Amino acid sequence: MRHSLNRERLYTTGIAALLSTGLATGLMGCKDSSKSFGESQASAAATPGAAGGLAVSEKEVVVGQLHSATGTMAISETGSIEAERLAIEQINDMGGILGRKMRIIQEDGASDWPTFAEKAKLLLEADHVASVFGCWTSASRKAVLPVFEKDNGLLYYPTFYEGLEQSKNVFYTGQEATQQIIAGLDWIQKEKNAKTFYLIGSDYIWPRTSNKIARKHIENVLKGTVVGEEYYPLGYTQFGSLINKIKAQKPDVVYAIVVGGSNVSFYKQLKAAGVTAENQTLLTISVTEDEMLGIGGENMVGYYAAMKYFQSLDNENNKKFVAAFKAKYGPNSVIGDVTQAAYEGPWLYKLAVEKAQSFDVDKVVAASPGIELTTAPEGYVKIHPNHHLWSKLRVGLAQADGQYKVVYESGLIEPNPFPKGYQ
Amino acid sequence: MSGVLQSVRPSSLRPSLRHLTTVVFEGQRRRENLYFVVLAVVLLGLFPLALDNFHLNLIGKYLTYAFVSLGLVLCWGYGGILSLGQGVFFGLGGYCMAMFLKLEASDPASTSIQSTPGIPDFMDWNQLTSLPAIWVPFKSLFCTLIAIPLVPGLLALALGAAMFRRRVGGVYFAIITQALASILSILIIGRQGYTGGVNGITDLRTLLGWDIRSDSAKTILYYVNALLLLGAVALSFSILRSKLGRLLLAVRDREERVLFTGYDVAAIKTFVFVLAAVYSAIGGAMFTLQVGFMSPSFVGIVPSIEMVISAAVGGRGSLFGAIYGTLIVNAAKTFFSEGFPELWLFVIGALFIAVVMIFPNGLAGMDYARAARTVLGWFSKLGKMRDGGSGRPVVAVVAPVVPSQPRIKVEGQ
Amino acid sequence: MNISAAIWAMQAFNGLSTFCVLLLMALGLAIVFGQMGVINMAHGEFLTIGAYTTYLLSQVSERWLPALANWYFFVAIALAFVLAGALGLVVEHFMIRKLYKRPLDTLLATWGLSLIMQQAFRSTFGAREVSAKLPDWLMGSLKPTPTIDIPINGLVVMGLTTILTAGVLFALFYTRFGIDVRATMQNRAMASAVGINTARIDRLAFGLGCGLAGVAGAAFTTIGSTGPTSGSLYIVDTFLVVVFGGAQSLFGTIASAFTIAQTQATTEFFMTGSMAKVLTLSLVILILMARPQGLFALKVRR
Repeated sequence: MRHSLNRERLYTTGIAALLSTGLATGLMGCKDSSKSFGESQASAAATPGAAGGLAVSEKEVVVGQLHSATGTMAISETGSIEAERLAIEQINDMGGILGRKMRIIQEDGASDWPTFAEKAKLLLEADHVASVFGCWTSASRKAVLPVFEKDNGLLYYPTFYEGLEQSKNVFYTGQEATQQIIAGLDWIQKEKNAKTFYLIGSDYIWPRTSNKIARKHIENVLKGTVVGEEYYPLGYTQFGSLINKIKAQKPDVVYAIVVGGSNVSFYKQLKAAGVTAENQTLLTISVTEDEMLGIGGENMVGYYAAMKYFQSLDNENNKKFVAAFKAKYGPNSVIGDVTQAAYEGPWLYKLAVEKAQSFDVDKVVAASPGIELTTAPEGYVKIHPNHHLWSKLRVGLAQADGQYKVVYESGLIEPNPFPKGYQ
Repeated sequence: MSGVLQSVRPSSLRPSLRHLTTVVFEGQRRRENLYFVVLAVVLLGLFPLALDNFHLNLIGKYLTYAFVSLGLVLCWGYGGILSLGQGVFFGLGGYCMAMFLKLEASDPASTSIQSTPGIPDFMDWNQLTSLPAIWVPFKSLFCTLIAIPLVPGLLALALGAAMFRRRVGGVYFAIITQALASILSILIIGRQGYTGGVNGITDLRTLLGWDIRSDSAKTILYYVNALLLLGAVALSFSILRSKLGRLLLAVRDREERVLFTGYDVAAIKTFVFVLAAVYSAIGGAMFTLQVGFMSPSFVGIVPSIEMVISAAVGGRGSLFGAIYGTLIVNAAKTFFSEGFPELWLFVIGALFIAVVMIFPNGLAGMDYARAARTVLGWFSKLGKMRDGGSGRPVVAVVAPVVPSQPRIKVEGQ
Repeated sequence: MNISAAIWAMQAFNGLSTFCVLLLMALGLAIVFGQMGVINMAHGEFLTIGAYTTYLLSQVSERWLPALANWYFFVAIALAFVLAGALGLVVEHFMIRKLYKRPLDTLLATWGLSLIMQQAFRSTFGAREVSAKLPDWLMGSLKPTPTIDIPINGLVVMGLTTILTAGVLFALFYTRFGIDVRATMQNRAMASAVGINTARIDRLAFGLGCGLAGVAGAAFTTIGSTGPTSGSLYIVDTFLVVVFGGAQSLFGTIASAFTIAQTQATTEFFMTGSMAKVLTLSLVILILMARPQGLFALKVRR
């Protein structure tokens, strides 16, 4: 037995050594190609407008796209990939940036955070991309952040998120938590005369941080009470007990930040337990039109969602955007808040480069604050010196067809990623 | 019970047994030593010479998984204990390292904007105002280096002792370790004030002032990692060549007989399980150092199963096979998910099925002799067809050199 | 009737309903894993087949057969059984059949299968989750008193679980097929010697297990999501239920589903869901350490 084992090992090791040699030489090819690319960039860097060894030539500027095209996060990130591509295509049709067409190098983060970091490094160090549009989850952003800071890259991050971050090298085109939470709570308190709130979330950083801000605001500003705060593991599917607790407390408002597959279970079970918009007010900040596809509009009817963008927004910019998106990706495509925020990334980059008259990261960053995007589908946004966007908050009323009807629109809200008194 | 039996064991058997095995295994040892040298040359010479920094780092990351596979070969391939929770130990080792590095990165000067400077940023966001007690030992590198093998080792010891004493094995053990992986990942994600939650512990910068993010540091870490791995392989061989190694095989194949011969089967199994856990923990710590962060996504069920599969592809009965298998599976994963995102799950799924169905002993256990004969047979047939059958039958030359071998037993239980 | 009594009543129902969900998803696995010893990691994907079947039928009925809109759900359940079962037969023939002597290897092979199935769902239905439009009566609730709501989908799952469990128990203990199955599982060589076609029994039993998973998946569209990876949400819990019950005992599976569900539902009411889950899993592991054979062990000669 032992003997045979060992005999087999002979062949194995031989073959494995051969294979690994092959592997190594195969990868060597990659090495050479990436090197030669880098060298070609070095010559390109001499052109005017380009700086810092970025991949910018007379004709084109190379940008990176770093999302999960595979793995569990692909569901969420597909919309962002599509929106960024659409924006880049439109920019190129208009003549590009400073006369240069944008060329995309797309890398797949594969829903794996180290992969995100590696690919970010590859984009910045081997491809010398001028900017990157990418990431979706906070975990992936946290993983690439040190890379962007070390290599002085430029990242446009589209997702609404928990805040508590501000980097020279990142622009956050989604809302940070206070922008999304405070105005929404103010509105619902006034509208429903709400005094008691029940906070629910999936158990990870964004819901917990958001609920923390919500609780402070409810208790200190609105003078209401939080009658419950509950967290369930990601992917949890049994919400019967939670629903009974809600019924026992009878809160004026349920404030829900449930994500992923749990979302579907939560809303379906709410409905089946007799909790509907008729007898319970619910405000969520985690259900975009994308999520509603999975939940089913009929299970959400009458609930409220607070975010900066809804597909149904009634303005000229948005009509054009929705039409262009559907023309490119099919009439049944759905556009959620993050998809729209991702669409803004390339446009904001274009404006910043044109203002700086350079692709150099430091100059683009310096030029960015104060830049206004008047063609944004959400209406109007402006870059704040803290790299987040001034934006409005809308409250949408869920419809059976999976869309939201906008029932409230705030004024422009200043982004405040490190809110004092909310931590 | 076992203690009593152990004292009755005929000790006179031992010398003769040793003599016998020495004779049988002499040739094998020489070959193993040769393969060890080959592995060392590949890891220390070939890869660093042939690859640029980026790909070398990639290989370095794969090699940290190879620690896990190595442990799995010992406890699964040799000991018959399948653990689906190796990610737990990998993660614990990684988190221990990450805690030290994070504390070093969060000195009061660089965290001055926080309401409590000097503690990691995520603690500050979660309203912790002082360092939790479990973090305190990780201020010292010495304690950290002890904790890396100790924490996972103790957990494995507690688990192994409890389970193997009661003779929980096989499938039950696999499912229970799986539940353990699920518990730990829920805990880490849920207790984010203490663990950094789902984002993990990120933005690690220096080790005792040495910047681990620079290319030169990564190259050095690669070599450290490779040397540690070679050390682990050497240690594994010395264990497998000892009496313990033979007992381990005996336990896998005929647990009852070993038990009735008077050996403490539970202790043997626990030992190898703890060893596998410690290997995984070292891998995890090296992972943290090389990749620069640790997150709960390496603790859960999916990464744990993927590690088992890497070991299976390489060959669960072969230490070398496991290392090459891990390299190949992860390289394939990277290659396919980049080049063919739609296809890669199909490919990788098919690979796993193929490994089990067609070559259950993995790459290491494939009957290359038979495969070679078959292929050569085709060629010789081709040759015969071409020159009217006068071609020299190549197969006749090859056959005596590599006679076909019986396959090793693959039952897990 | 005051509020707190109503809450207790609903919470009791919730416990029962969780029990039925656990039992329903574990029933198929109790046969495949418990009886046959096949560690089917693709069990969750067979559930997903049922869910997608429901989704497809809801699309069909919406577009072409509006008359069926209220009742297509039951057709979907039957169809889910047939489809998942048929796929189970195929998988058994090409894969599982060759692995009965290597239980741990079935784990690896079926994990590969589950990856392939997930990608197949993704390629066919898209990466996004879909939603079957369920008839209104199914998503409503009964109100025996003004303060009590009994979810109808919970009742349907309960009814379905009762019928299927009774059916499986009857099939296993009172039919020729069941006797053959039990004989084969307990002693394959002897069963074969007395003239049982064990290969056929294996195939049918595996198909039955997968079919039951399909039914569970169809039923779960009323309470959960339908997406390429939806099934994988259930897989760990499912295995724990079967192992905790004592793998070879169907009664054990029932008892264990009940215990786990009640622990989960009760702890959840007093603490946050994450901690309740950790507590429940830890309790199960501790009990399994003390009693590795599970709650009910079948006494057989090995």
